[in-house]
Amino acid sequence: MLEFILDRANYWAIIGLMMIGLYISFASGNLIKRLVGVSIFQTSICLFYVTLGKVTGGTAPILYGPDIEGGHGGGHGAEETHAAVDAVLTAANSGERYADLVNTYSNPLPHVLMLTAIVVGVATLSVGLALIVRIREAYGTIESDEVRAIDMETAIAQEAEQEKAEREARA
Amino acid sequence: MDEVMDVNIGMEMVNIVLLGMLFIVGIAIARMRSLFGIVMLSGIYSLVSAAWYVAVDAVDVAFTEAAVGAGMSTAVLLGAMLLTSRTAKPEKPLKHLGPFLVCIVTGILLIYATVDLPGFGDPNSPVNTGVGLTYLQINWHDTGIPNVVTPVLGSYRGFDTLGETTVVFVAGLAVALLLGFGERSLAETIRKEDKAPPPLPKDDATSNEKEGKE
Amino acid sequence: MKSDHHVILRVVTKTLIPIIFLFALYVQFHGDFGPGGGFQAGVIVAVAVILYALIFGVPAAMRAIPPVFTRSLAAVGVMLYAGVGFWALLQGGQYLEYQALFHEEPGGHHGQHVGILLIELGVLFGVSGAMLTIFYAFAGRVAEIRDEDW
Repeated sequence: MLEFILDRANYWAIIGLMMIGLYISFASGNLIKRLVGVSIFQTSICLFYVTLGKVTGGTAPILYGPDIEGGHGGGHGAEETHAAVDAVLTAANSGERYADLVNTYSNPLPHVLMLTAIVVGVATLSVGLALIVRIREAYGTIESDEVRAIDMETAIAQEAEQEKAEREARA
Repeated sequence: MDEVMDVNIGMEMVNIVLLGMLFIVGIAIARMRSLFGIVMLSGIYSLVSAAWYVAVDAVDVAFTEAAVGAGMSTAVLLGAMLLTSRTAKPEKPLKHLGPFLVCIVTGILLIYATVDLPGFGDPNSPVNTGVGLTYLQINWHDTGIPNVVTPVLGSYRGFDTLGETTVVFVAGLAVALLLGFGERSLAETIRKEDKAPPPLPKDDATSNEKEGKE
Repeated sequence: MKSDHHVILRVVTKTLIPIIFLFALYVQFHGDFGPGGGFQAGVIVAVAVILYALIFGVPAAMRAIPPVFTRSLAAVGVMLYAGVGFWALLQGGQYLEYQALFHEEPGGHHGQHVGILLIELGVLFGVSGAMLTIFYAFAGRVAEIRDEDW
C-alpha cells in the first residue's frame, strides 16, 4: 500500500499543481494573473512528462564510462573523441548498431519534448502579454468583466444609434 | 534490498519537499492580488521546478527552465505589468465557488486515472521501453555524441526543432507587429538630445513630456 | 546631473556581462557533452542584453544592439537551420539528413557533428534574436500609467 502511494504521490502532486493553474485561470478576472495561471498549468504538464521518463537508479541521459569509447572512461578532449569515433567506426563495420548499455539512464525523449515546449511556452506567453497590452490601451483596463461591460455598452450604444438613423431615414 | 528501498525513500522525500514548495507557491499566487508579487512568485515557481527537474535527471530541461522561466518570462511579465496595471481587482467571494468545484471534480477524475499509470521510475513501463530506449542504444553508433538529448533534438527529431524555432521566430514577429519594434523610445531620446541645446522646445507635446519625465 | 547611487550595480554589471556571454558560448558549444544547447544559450545571450538594458537604460542597449539587428538575427537563425536541410538535399540526401552532407557511410560522424553544430547555431541566433525583439517591443513602448495604479 505504501509502495503504491509512493509510486503515485508524484502524479497526485502534479495534478494538484495543474488544478491550481486551472483554478487561477478560471477564477481570476485579471488577464495577467490569468496568463500566469495558464503558464503554471503548462509547467505542470512538463513536470508530468518528465516524471514519466524517470528510471529508478538512472542518471541524466549523458552517456559515460563504458558506454562510450569501449572502456577507457572519462574525459572528452578532441583527440580522445576522435579515437572513440574511430573505434565506433570499426564497430559499425562489424554491424552492431544497437549497443547494450552498461549504465542506467533516464528516458531522453520527454526531456527533448519538454525542452522545446518551455521555450515555445515563453514565446506564446509574450504574444498573450502583447495582446493584453493592446487591450489595456484600447479599453483602459485589464479586468475581463470590465472589458465585457465596456463591450456591452458600446454594442447597446451602436444599436441605439442605428435605430435612430433608421427612424430618421424613414421620417 | 534494504539499501535500494532507502535510496527510493530519500528520492521520494526530495520529490515531495520540492513539489510541496511548488504547491505552496502556487496557492500563494492564487491568493495574491499584487501583480508584482505574482510575477516574482512565478519566477520562484520556475526556479523550484528547475531544482525538481535536476532531481528527476532532466538536466537539460532544468537548465532551460532556469534560464527561460526565471529569467526571460519574468522580464517579459514585468515589462507587460509596467505597461498595464499594478494590482488585480478583488474578486467577489461567491464567484470562486464554480471554478473551485470544477477544479475539484477534474482533479478527482485525473487522480482516478493515475491508478492505471505505471509506477514512478518503473524501467519496464511503456514509456521507458519504447523509442526513448532505442535512442539511448543507437545514439553512440549513429552520431558519436555523449549527450543523448542533443542528437535527439537536432538529428532524430530535427523537423520538430525546426518547427519550434519557426514558432519562436513567428511569436517574436507577432509581438513586434502588435507593439511596434521598440524604436520609439530610442527615437525619443535621440530627439531629446538633439533638442537639448536650444532651451525652449517649440513642440508642445515634447515639452509636456519633458516636464513629466523630470 | 548623473546620479551615482547605482555605481556598484554599474561596475558589477560591466564585469559580469562579458562573463555571461562567455558562459553562453560555453553552453552553446559544450552542448554535445553536457547539458546545454542552442535554446539555453540563446536565452542566456538575450538575458545578458536585458541585464544591460535594465542597468544602463533601454536606449543605451538599443544603441549597442539595434532592434534591426535582433530581428534580422532571428530571421537569419531560422534560415540557417532551414539552409542545412537544403544543403543535405543538394548533396543527394533527404531534408536534414546529416549523414548525406559529406556522403558518409552509416556510422560516420563528421556530417552529424557539423550538421548539429550548424543547426544549434541557427537555434541560438533564432531564439536570441526573437527574445530580444520581444523584449525591445515591450520595453520600447512608452508606458502611459495612471497615478492611482501605483
